[in-house]
Amino acid sequence: MEKIPILKMGQFLLVTIQVDMHDRLAMALQDDLTRMISDTEAHGVLIDISSLEIVDSFIGRMLANIAAMSRVLDAQTVVVGMQPAVAITLVELGLSLPGVRTALNVDAGMELLRSSNGFRG
Amino acid sequence: MSTVPVDQRSSLGSIITQNREEILAEWLREMSGATRRSDLIKESDLRSQCTQFLSLMQSAIESGGTNFQSNAWDGVRNLLGEISKSRAQQGFTPTETAMFVLSFKRPIFRQIRQIHKSDVDNIVSETWTATELIDAMGVYTMEIYQKSREEVIRRQQEELLELSTPVVKLWDGILALPIIGTLDSARTQVVMESLLQAIVQTNSRVAIIDITGVPTVDTIVAQHLLKTVTAARLMGAECIISGVRPQIAQTIVHLGINLLDVTTKATLSAAFQVALDKAGLVLTRQTKS
Repeated sequence: MEKIPILKMGQFLLVTIQVDMHDRLAMALQDDLTRMISDTEAHGVLIDISSLEIVDSFIGRMLANIAAMSRVLDAQTVVVGMQPAVAITLVELGLSLPGVRTALNVDAGMELLRSSNGFRG
Repeated sequence: MSTVPVDQRSSLGSIITQNREEILAEWLREMSGATRRSDLIKESDLRSQCTQFLSLMQSAIESGGTNFQSNAWDGVRNLLGEISKSRAQQGFTPTETAMFVLSFKRPIFRQIRQIHKSDVDNIVSETWTATELIDAMGVYTMEIYQKSREEVIRRQQEELLELSTPVVKLWDGILALPIIGTLDSARTQVVMESLLQAIVQTNSRVAIIDITGVPTVDTIVAQHLLKTVTAARLMGAECIISGVRPQIAQTIVHLGINLLDVTTKATLSAAFQVALDKAGLVLTRQTKS
């Protein structure tokens, strides 16, 4: 079964979604990521979805869930590189992902994580 | 019309075959009257159109009778469609376009009278067949004319839609989107798509939506605006709404629309100031020494 790799970069975890998400894969990612956060004591998670072109309400809710779970585990989540079509779809589905922080690209996302982490001390 | 006797059917065809030049000349004379537009179409073009029409009509009558709806008339219908489309684009009036077909009546009627001489029954029935046929062609011509005009209008509407939603780059990383006119669902879609596309292309973190040119804001418009703001936020860009006029501020509050999560400013310049702050930029006046 295919798997989404989770890379550790210093204090942060980097997840790049490069395949079409289906529900099983999303559930597996949720499991892996929460385990990784507690194992590595990461302070931030960066999810790059720039190659993701199709979303449904399940994937949208999963992104919100991952953010909420990470927060419980004391890690900030930033979703970066969302495509316009994906953003429109999520809004039309009524999913505005209120708890999720966003950035235009990986650079901006990293900056955001660092600044919020520095602020936290 | 499908029950036209064989002898009548052939008579109309043979009239055209035998007196082609005469009919053509008289027809052109008819058209050169009040409805001819020598400024829009050349004499030779008109003549070739008429000649083509006559030969197509002749073969149509020979193979399929006088039923304009039958397949034998496909050629004539295509020609009429082309003529009427080109006239709609060239700027002919509906009357002028219709007269191309309708002015064909007089020459045909004259030929019918000449051939049947004192046979009143035949004259009446032939005239009726011809009238019905020409009327059908006239109506068809007008239908196509109308359709091509509607197409022109539709195309202009689309162009207007695209023209009315320009995305302007104010500074490195700062976009502005001045909206002029009422926001409906179709326009919001275009606005949203072009804004999000521009955010990706220019890598902008702040977008200013200026609604100075929006005449009224009701719940639907506000909802559309909020959707756009949310979509931009999902992509990692922040939106500022500017150009909120006093009346619109009152309306928004009276309607109970919640814009608390969105930064709103009265003018575009105030919004630009906020955008500069967010980008960490400062504007200073140059001191002249």
